[in-house]
Amino acid sequence: MEDLLTLAFVLQTLRITIPYLLPSLGAVYSEKGGVVNIALEGILLGGAFAATAGTFYTGNVIAGTIFGVLAGLLIALIHGLVTITYKANQIVSGIAINILVFGITKFFCKILFNSSSNSARIPGLETLGLPFNPFLLLCVLILALTYYVIYRTRFGLRLRAVGENPEAADSVGINVNMVRYAGVLISGALAGLGGAWLAFDQHSFTDGMSAGRGYIALAAMIIGKWNPLGAAAACLLFGFAESFTLQFQDSGIPTQFIQMLPYLLTIIVLAGFIGKANPPAADGIPYEKKD
Amino acid sequence: MAGPAISVAASMVLGGVLIAAIGRDPFEVYQKLFVDTLGNTYGIGQVLFKATPLILTGLSVAFAFRAGLFNIGAEGQMTIGAFGSAWVGFTFTSLPWIILIPLCVAAGFAAGAFWASIAGYLKARFGSHEVINTIMLNFIALALVSYLVNNIYLVPATIHTPEISPNAYLHRFDELTGLFKGSPFNLSFVIALLACCLMYYIIEKTPTGYRIKTLGLNRNAAVYAKMNPGRLTIAAMAIAGGFAGLGGLNFVNGYKHYFEIGFTENAGYVGIAVALIARNNPFAIIAIAVFFGILEYGGLTVNTIVPKEIVTILQGVIILMIITLTRYFDKKLKLKTA
Repeated sequence: MEDLLTLAFVLQTLRITIPYLLPSLGAVYSEKGGVVNIALEGILLGGAFAATAGTFYTGNVIAGTIFGVLAGLLIALIHGLVTITYKANQIVSGIAINILVFGITKFFCKILFNSSSNSARIPGLETLGLPFNPFLLLCVLILALTYYVIYRTRFGLRLRAVGENPEAADSVGINVNMVRYAGVLISGALAGLGGAWLAFDQHSFTDGMSAGRGYIALAAMIIGKWNPLGAAAACLLFGFAESFTLQFQDSGIPTQFIQMLPYLLTIIVLAGFIGKANPPAADGIPYEKKD
Repeated sequence: MAGPAISVAASMVLGGVLIAAIGRDPFEVYQKLFVDTLGNTYGIGQVLFKATPLILTGLSVAFAFRAGLFNIGAEGQMTIGAFGSAWVGFTFTSLPWIILIPLCVAAGFAAGAFWASIAGYLKARFGSHEVINTIMLNFIALALVSYLVNNIYLVPATIHTPEISPNAYLHRFDELTGLFKGSPFNLSFVIALLACCLMYYIIEKTPTGYRIKTLGLNRNAAVYAKMNPGRLTIAAMAIAGGFAGLGGLNFVNGYKHYFEIGFTENAGYVGIAVALIARNNPFAIIAIAVFFGILEYGGLTVNTIVPKEIVTILQGVIILMIITLTRYFDKKLKLKTA
């Protein structure tokens, strides 16, 4: 068991957790505002591709990261446009965006790197002489900030208001759609950042490399009961489970059962076996202003 | 049909702009995509082959919709169903075709129905939303069959299960009639067409169908009329899952004759688009599935000019356009989710 407490194991767990954590925190922003964001999967993938292409052409990982975040914002903007402005079904929009981004990233991978399945190699993030990647610190900062923003700021209050009761929020002069856009765009930026991390971590883009992480992030948010700290704890649990199977390949537990864990837990939590899971009351429902 | 027609046209224009942006001729691409694809019986066979699972997943989503349920789980139901068909096919190899084929079909339907009814039960018993649960069940299904294939039924040095008995084959039309030369278009298509008739029959001609429709249109009315919403929810999900479960026959019994991870090629998700555009009408679903079949096979015919993923992009854009523009062109298509 002492293998578990090594620094390498802890760092590996955190490394695996990051691409769950960032989109999961993104999902909290989006859903607190009342917009279900299944497009997180596509945003991770789009962010990873843009970060790869950006890094490849500028030779600079910071520029690449910015490209990843911008791609995330752009894809989130499409989701916002379709579901907030045009009030279309949020689930269908998310699925369509995931199909679209899967196609677009392969399409441009073929154009830019002459292969639709993987890109050229790119540099990763430097550790700057630290024993761990400074990106980890950034993630902890984002987590703390998310908690603060959602529960301690005026914007957070408004975000929760438009997700719980948009009519009431509207009646006191809050621009419901604007606040919802903000939530969705923040989720896009965070998931885009998560995608960039994924690309730097693997030093390249490969097709479909998000590999369901966006859905796991969504699952973590549900298990964490729409609370950023709960979501982070669930992400850490999944990261630990995955890291554990990597470390102990011969543990006798088939990896497929570890893979099922997030999804099974989500179903159990949704069924109400572990306390009550209350999503925001207006989650998933487009706001129709009554004149 | 104004909404969907305009949406498809607008998506084609956007796709054309993208093609032009990378310096290729959009007219040439679309010419190849539609004319060359449908210009010979081989191409038509390929299109119908690709359309077959989409008809069944489209039916699956549409059937659940009629009960006011949103089934995002056709992907997982199809996976489990396909494994069921394959398992029967490679386990009971000594049975004659007249028993084995119906058994494979029944196994596919039953396995898909069982998988979907989990989400139906969770909704009926705990009120938990079928959208999230069916998504989660898709991933659980994938992990489950991955375990079954890799740890129990793997044929060494391959990535698939043993082959099914030749008595379980759903033969290609090519072998049977000499038509559609060389294409894998097979008898599963007939099963898909029968499934469309079955959905029509259940919905329009049976008491259960009447109750399911009532539940979908007005839950309170259904409760007031002493119907049992919980039982209807489970029944509707089970039948929907059964249709999706049949979607695996095309690959397993009609094409490769074994089960392999990843064979679905997103058919479960594309089925959502098929049902949406066809407005949950079982016969319109055939036409829309064929249209998506053209896109899927057409990608291969244009691959020499533009990356074949252009059709994946078109699929995504078409769905976005339809749900966005619908509001303005065709109010009737508004999505109803419970």
